[in-house]
Amino acid sequence: MKTPRRIVVKVAGAVLVLIAAASVTFFAQLLVPGSRATVILNEQNGRAQQWTPAQLAPVNKEFGFSKPIIVQYLDYVGGLFRGNLGTSFTQYKPVTQVIGAELAPSLVLTVAALITAWVLTLVVTLLTVRRGRFITALGSGWEALTASLPAYWLGVVLLVVFAVEIRIFPVIGGTSPMGTVLPVLTLAIPLAGFLGQVTRDEFEKVLDQPFITTARTRGMSDTAVRLKHALRHSILPAITLSGWALGALVSGAVIVENVFGRPGIGQVLVNAVNTRDVPTVSGIVLVIAAVYVVANLLVDIAYSIVDPRLRAS
Amino acid sequence: MTSVTALPPASGRAPDSGRAWRTGRRIRVRVRLGTVVPLLIVVLLLVAAIAPGLLTTRSPNGIDIEHTLLAPSLSHPFGTDDAGRDLYTRVIYGARESLGIGLGATGLAMSIAILLGFAAGLAGGVVDAVIGRILEVSFAFPVLLLALLLIAIRGPSLTTEIVAVGIGSAPGYARMVRGQVLNVRQAPYIEAASALGHRRLAVIRRHLFPNAMRPLVAMITLGVGQSIVWASSLSFLGLGVAPPSPEWGALLDSGRMYITTSWWLEVMPGLVIVVVALSVTSLGRTLQHRLEGAAR
Repeated sequence: MKTPRRIVVKVAGAVLVLIAAASVTFFAQLLVPGSRATVILNEQNGRAQQWTPAQLAPVNKEFGFSKPIIVQYLDYVGGLFRGNLGTSFTQYKPVTQVIGAELAPSLVLTVAALITAWVLTLVVTLLTVRRGRFITALGSGWEALTASLPAYWLGVVLLVVFAVEIRIFPVIGGTSPMGTVLPVLTLAIPLAGFLGQVTRDEFEKVLDQPFITTARTRGMSDTAVRLKHALRHSILPAITLSGWALGALVSGAVIVENVFGRPGIGQVLVNAVNTRDVPTVSGIVLVIAAVYVVANLLVDIAYSIVDPRLRAS
Repeated sequence: MTSVTALPPASGRAPDSGRAWRTGRRIRVRVRLGTVVPLLIVVLLLVAAIAPGLLTTRSPNGIDIEHTLLAPSLSHPFGTDDAGRDLYTRVIYGARESLGIGLGATGLAMSIAILLGFAAGLAGGVVDAVIGRILEVSFAFPVLLLALLLIAIRGPSLTTEIVAVGIGSAPGYARMVRGQVLNVRQAPYIEAASALGHRRLAVIRRHLFPNAMRPLVAMITLGVGQSIVWASSLSFLGLGVAPPSPEWGALLDSGRMYITTSWWLEVMPGLVIVVVALSVTSLGRTLQHRLEGAAR
């Protein structure tokens, strides 16, 4: 298949996946106990009770719940293409407005974490792969440990150590640069552990390749071999995972924002789950799903352009 | 192995730190620190879940207003909380619920995964394509977010937490099961069994199922560790089991208010979760390597 056609097929596939994802969130909303109007009234009045049809009618009318389901579904999916994610159950305004301003700090956090994770991965890989038994074990041990650290706990430990005991960073830093350091590290360290494990395996394999021996016999120094030859090959699998990682980071951001009291969609999401504001939750979940799908699509396309083997097949 | 790899990437393992020696005549016992320590921790976890009274003499709800928020010491190894309850005791008593959630969620996830994975792997064709699409769509939702969506819909509770983590992690396992089934299906012994004239159902039951399931044992172990972490994340956000319970995530949630003054309320239960998750995961990996070795 030629590259342009390949890309068109992939983009179409991604759009279909997103429409399907939107359908899932729409029909999931119908699964609330009782009816959606009941949930809204209960949340508004802080009770859990049954409401009479007369009480439910105005809510149903306001949110359009009295229309046939299929019409509501088409309205919802159609609305997505116009950038409309529905109406919040608790704030009575479009979900896009509820999310709106909160998206930027979360994006800053995630992208900064992805970059930091990559820097950490490269440093640890270059310094510890095949550097004698002790240092190698140290490197892989560090990766195994960090890869399995839950974000909330790492965040709490960093907070206690670097904000409470040693007062380098603020405990609640908002979106200030100093306040962003700890949240970024909390997200980046476990990811770096994971990417490091993948890169290390590959790096070791590459070092055994004949072209590495050839380079060494040409008199190339060890550092140059590692930097110029081994690294280029060994980061490929981890790059493939970066699309996945971005998705994982966005969901990790939900927890990290809560640990550090940092504004962002994570905070909005948890509040919305607490207040049973299902449209807002669905909206945020869809936005994150979209980030994930688009990131994977870009990695995929970049690959089919960069890697000649994929182009040929 | 064929090109369909059903197992997650192996971690960078430390070089063999095992010691081997001879006991008796010819039986060689290899004791590896990397296996014994996690095993010991898992045994302790099981003891705590089944009979917490064996590991502590205190009561998890023993309020002592004269000794609130004490830092860890010999008499209170993990310190005490805002009501003077011994944190170590609460962690021990919380093991049952945390492990229960982990097992429940993994059990649910694996049931869904086995159903979907075997259906897709055995039926092939349209069924495989449809299940493949469903899985592809569900991969667009990170586990935690799918869980949060379910909690928003059904309201937070213990059951919702288990179901949420179970459904959230099912697609990943389903893909692995499918790969495993396809893998085993191509094995020569399956072909041989069919050629010998055994009925299809008998071949599936006697040969395909047990062989496809074997690597999944390791996956289930890994899944339990992962589920405990996810479930505690949800409780930590205040969206799972509520605080009076000593469930580990709930302990973390109730300690959050005191983070600037009493670090142990967050650090100690979290440390236990990390150690347990690491132990279970490393046991799972050991199992995985053993099973892979046996398959060859």
